[in-house]
Amino acid sequence: MDRNIIAVLVKNHFGVLARVASMFRRRGFNIDTLTVGETENPEYSRITATFRGDDAIKNQIIRQLMKMPDVVHISELEKSSSVSRELVLIKIKNNKDLKQDIMSVIDIFRAKVVDYGTQAMTIEITGESSKIDAFIDLIKEYGIIEICRTGIVSLQRGADSIISNIK
Amino acid sequence: MKISGAEILVRTLIEQNVDVVFGYPGGQVLDIYDKLYSHQDEIKHILTAHEQGASHAADGYARATGKVGVVIATSGPGATNLTTGIATAYLDSVPIVAITGNVSCPLIGRDSFQEVDITGITMPITKHNFFVNRVSKLADTVREAFRIAKSGRPGPVLIDIPKDIQTSLCDYEPAEPVEADKKNAAETGIEEAVRLINESEKPYIYCGGGVITGSATEEILALAEKTDAVIGCSFMGISAIPSDNERFLGMQGMHGHYASSMAQHNSDLIIAVGARFSDRATGNKSKYAPHSKIIHIDIDNAEIDKNIAVTCGLCGDVKLTLQKIIGAVDNKKHPDWLSEVDYYKKEEYRHIVKSDDMNPVNIIETVNECADEDTVIATDVGQHQMWAAQNCKFSKPRKFVSSGGLGTMGFGLGAAIGSQIGSGAKSILITGDGSFGMCLNELTTASYYNIPVVIVIMNNGVLGMVRQWQTLFYDKHYSNTVLDRKTDFIKLADAFGMKGYRCTEIPDFKEKLQSALSGDSPVLIECLIDKDEMVLPMLPPGGSMDDIIVERLGG
Repeated sequence: MDRNIIAVLVKNHFGVLARVASMFRRRGFNIDTLTVGETENPEYSRITATFRGDDAIKNQIIRQLMKMPDVVHISELEKSSSVSRELVLIKIKNNKDLKQDIMSVIDIFRAKVVDYGTQAMTIEITGESSKIDAFIDLIKEYGIIEICRTGIVSLQRGADSIISNIK
Repeated sequence: MKISGAEILVRTLIEQNVDVVFGYPGGQVLDIYDKLYSHQDEIKHILTAHEQGASHAADGYARATGKVGVVIATSGPGATNLTTGIATAYLDSVPIVAITGNVSCPLIGRDSFQEVDITGITMPITKHNFFVNRVSKLADTVREAFRIAKSGRPGPVLIDIPKDIQTSLCDYEPAEPVEADKKNAAETGIEEAVRLINESEKPYIYCGGGVITGSATEEILALAEKTDAVIGCSFMGISAIPSDNERFLGMQGMHGHYASSMAQHNSDLIIAVGARFSDRATGNKSKYAPHSKIIHIDIDNAEIDKNIAVTCGLCGDVKLTLQKIIGAVDNKKHPDWLSEVDYYKKEEYRHIVKSDDMNPVNIIETVNECADEDTVIATDVGQHQMWAAQNCKFSKPRKFVSSGGLGTMGFGLGAAIGSQIGSGAKSILITGDGSFGMCLNELTTASYYNIPVVIVIMNNGVLGMVRQWQTLFYDKHYSNTVLDRKTDFIKLADAFGMKGYRCTEIPDFKEKLQSALSGDSPVLIECLIDKDEMVLPMLPPGGSMDDIIVERLGG
């Protein structure tokens, strides 16, 4: 099934995230990732949600969201016309013998080491989900201790902003 | 001059033309009740026996009038007792505003006495809800709650007001009552809908509750006339179309009329108006309307393609959208279709065996004979509800008050009280011994306020609808459905201060009902019926319209 990314502009009210999450949960929609933060205008927050589903599911999610009084606007972010990134911190076991191998993987993926110790190192990587998945796949064999992913953030290409859609 | 939050609340309610509220006082709404005391000449407060009864009364008031019903309860258990009523209103798109008190802001989140997170609890069963954390926002929050409750697809809105917000002082600027959002016809899809209607040879109009909410009865009749269509309805659409209209086939679906279910199944075009293709209305969705194209008109865009993927979806006010369509479609005659439908009607009558017994159909027909066009018929949930849905006759909308979506047993008595107060007409509650047992405490409300509600209990001594399923699909394992209770409903009526009668014959029932309807007081009439009466027709679970059971199976 297709992966969909939507940006939901919501009023910056107490409890809005709970309302949006509650709608996804009770109607049985599965969220892959969800990020939320204030926008350039403190009146609004922006929720970026990714989920898998066909057009029927996508349309139903968008229509259910649009019914909510706190939801101001929804943009669908198509792969071809938007940029999407995810930031991930990965802590792996440090291994003297394999250090060169690890460093070359990090180089190739333009990741960087943000914490280093004799027992473990923490790597930061930013990119599209497919790149991150590939990186994790490679680094796995060195022994992952823990991973923390931010979820996807995404902006439309070009000069428009989501807030400019508000009538 | 600064006034208290409680005073602001009551003044804002008056601003919204609220003249009656239902509720129950308690610790965290004392200040609100103090102001209701001061304003008792402007707002009448109806004290119920239980907050659930108050929530159903506000719901019944809203269904019978089209206005917003208001209910007030205290924090904690008062608030949680509203939830069944709020969920009932939510599933049936009924505009109510529920106001709850809560503990003072500094005590919130500390599991204080009678503290409950009612905005969290009601998030999935309200159209929207508010927690008021500043008194300066209170008046506008109340106004916004009324606007949301009645705009678009109506629904319940809850406002939670901590006690310190009720006592805080603030300036108050009066405002005009808020209007619902402006209604608009669908902007896209009209042309396609018109083309589909013009091409159809066998059109069927499926009316949902939105026809009542959207006051679109005349438009439905005009469209049916112009396009030579027949009309059916969902449970929620009952009373939208006058029962005696010759194009009207009655309710479709699980316990629907044979003729409307078959006509829908064999139509080539279904025009669904203000309906949501509930599983009870459609039967098995994968076998639903196999030969039909579907036009769906609804004010709620999220309903389009939600349950059934449609050929043409139109999002807009049903009345205005229908007007556009009616103006554009061709005049048509479909004699073959009407004679096919006639055949279904005859088939339906063939299965009806008439008798003079004290049976459910005769009870409902007696109610039809005694009620006038303004009488509100309220019901509880179960077999009696389906018998009423199948057989009650209506000539005006908003005269059938029943919990469709949630199927709330115990809804009826509170709702009958609320709808009587709202409409000013007599209410008849048709209930069963099971449902009535759930919330019969509201007899005290009917009795105290001398509300002319006639309560007709079909007493079969069992939980009839569940028993029917056990008979048909569970090898007659009557697990916990044989009540055999010792309740004496006549003594019960007496204990609550009202008249009660037990009837075993139809002529006696008719006499008692007529006399009750000519009086001004609540009356209870118990009708004894057989425990093995069944609601037929019935679509078996997972079945389509083809699998409809019309006759009592052996045994």
